[in-house]
Amino acid sequence: MSKRRPYVRSKSGWWKKDPYYVEYMVHESTALFVAAYAIVLTIGTVCLAAGEAAWNGYLEAMKSPLSIIFHLILLAAIVYHAFTWFKLFPLTTPPVVLGGKKLEPELIVRGGWVVAVGVAVVSFVIVWGLA
Amino acid sequence: MSEQKIIEIEILRYLPESDQEPRSEIYKVPFTDDMSVLQGVQYIKDNFDGSLTFRWSCRMAICGSCGMMINGIPKLACENFIRDYYPKRITVEALNNFPIEKDLVVDLSGFIEKLEAIQPYIIPKEPRTVEQGEYIQTPAQFSEYIQFTSCINCTLCYAACPQVGLDPDFIGPGAMALLYRYNRDSRDGGEAQRMEVAASTEGVFVCGATGYCSEVCPKKVDPGNAVNVNKINAAKDYFLRFLSPKGGAK
Amino acid sequence: MKTYKRSNAPIFWLLFGAGGMMAALFGPIMVFITGIAVPIGLLLPADAMSYPKMLAFAQNFIGKGFLFVAIFLFAWHSAHRIFHSLHDVGIHRGVLAKALTYGVAAVVTVIAAVNLWVIGF
Repeated sequence: MSKRRPYVRSKSGWWKKDPYYVEYMVHESTALFVAAYAIVLTIGTVCLAAGEAAWNGYLEAMKSPLSIIFHLILLAAIVYHAFTWFKLFPLTTPPVVLGGKKLEPELIVRGGWVVAVGVAVVSFVIVWGLA
Repeated sequence: MSEQKIIEIEILRYLPESDQEPRSEIYKVPFTDDMSVLQGVQYIKDNFDGSLTFRWSCRMAICGSCGMMINGIPKLACENFIRDYYPKRITVEALNNFPIEKDLVVDLSGFIEKLEAIQPYIIPKEPRTVEQGEYIQTPAQFSEYIQFTSCINCTLCYAACPQVGLDPDFIGPGAMALLYRYNRDSRDGGEAQRMEVAASTEGVFVCGATGYCSEVCPKKVDPGNAVNVNKINAAKDYFLRFLSPKGGAK
Repeated sequence: MKTYKRSNAPIFWLLFGAGGMMAALFGPIMVFITGIAVPIGLLLPADAMSYPKMLAFAQNFIGKGFLFVAIFLFAWHSAHRIFHSLHDVGIHRGVLAKALTYGVAAVVTVIAAVNLWVIGF
């Protein structure tokens, strides 16, 4: 008879056991804030469709200190999402080959950040122009 | 002569015949600056407890046998030195995410099955006879896959991957890196066959892109990139199979 | 021989990827404008999001499209990521997990689509 009795260790709490996993859980959890913002925008469409009074109510609610604090948290979380989104590019996307040589991963990451900042600036200028 | 230095090595022991579950044991090991953690563990077996069980072979980071959790991080015990941990205690445990067979030895049969499943050998695009001569490959074609040939099946990436632990059927980073190695080989024509595994519910989409697998890889294979690039390939296969006359993988 | 079942994840994974990209590029500036700058009157005029202006924006083809794509992709991006995270913390990929993530995203998508439609063109 076999004396084998392989022991399977529990996975519970695995994400607390290494700083690498902790950071992973933190950047994954930015999704909660992206979801929250999607809901804020959706409520906006509901109020806008309901007419001027409802929309003004929405604007008033957005002015409350609680809403401002909430949006500051959203901003921090979504900036962190953007930061980590591009940081993972060397892992998640195929290597970029230029002239037979692989592009340095750091260059890809920094390129992503630069593009993100550029898009934000251009978007702001467009909105500023519209307003 | 300077005083003999002593390091504490705490090992997670498990003897299936007498232990209900793993237990820690601490050993005080005299060491010199040229000693690896593997040599420390060997010292324990030779001097304190002959029943201590672990795998090792080459002592030079190429056989891939001596993977262990060293202070919680999957590492090859042969290429990490005791002096770098001293004077703190070193904890040594069997690789995470695998069942413990005995002490530091894990049950690798699941990994071997996954490895077989991805057909880690060249499936010739166009079979050639000996008379027809060798397959010609340019340096550029060779450079397409060379990185992924460096895998030594040490399974550190499996110990690093949370999804392997949560989802024991997940094909996992190492096998996916080898799948990619053969798919990218200009002599190989097995991509469609392997896609069945890669695009399956046990394939690439189980990955959550933690990326720790590539971090711990002692051979810089970057298995995490292989998995994630194959998400793109599997997604293409998913949508384009409707256009392809062969219909892609099942 | 073992048989493998094809995963339908590519659909959700693509939405996750597209939404993650959109959130990385436009998320911060959108939150800044709608949630901070306009409400406290910083850098932008206080009436930047007044009813006539927002109505015009949401009735414009590009404006409406942008709002819908943003809501749709943000919702499905986060749904997929949270679905994975629930599994990470030990909540099985079952009906409950799907309802809490993809289900919510579907509801958000429908509400946004209906209201953007009602706003008119």
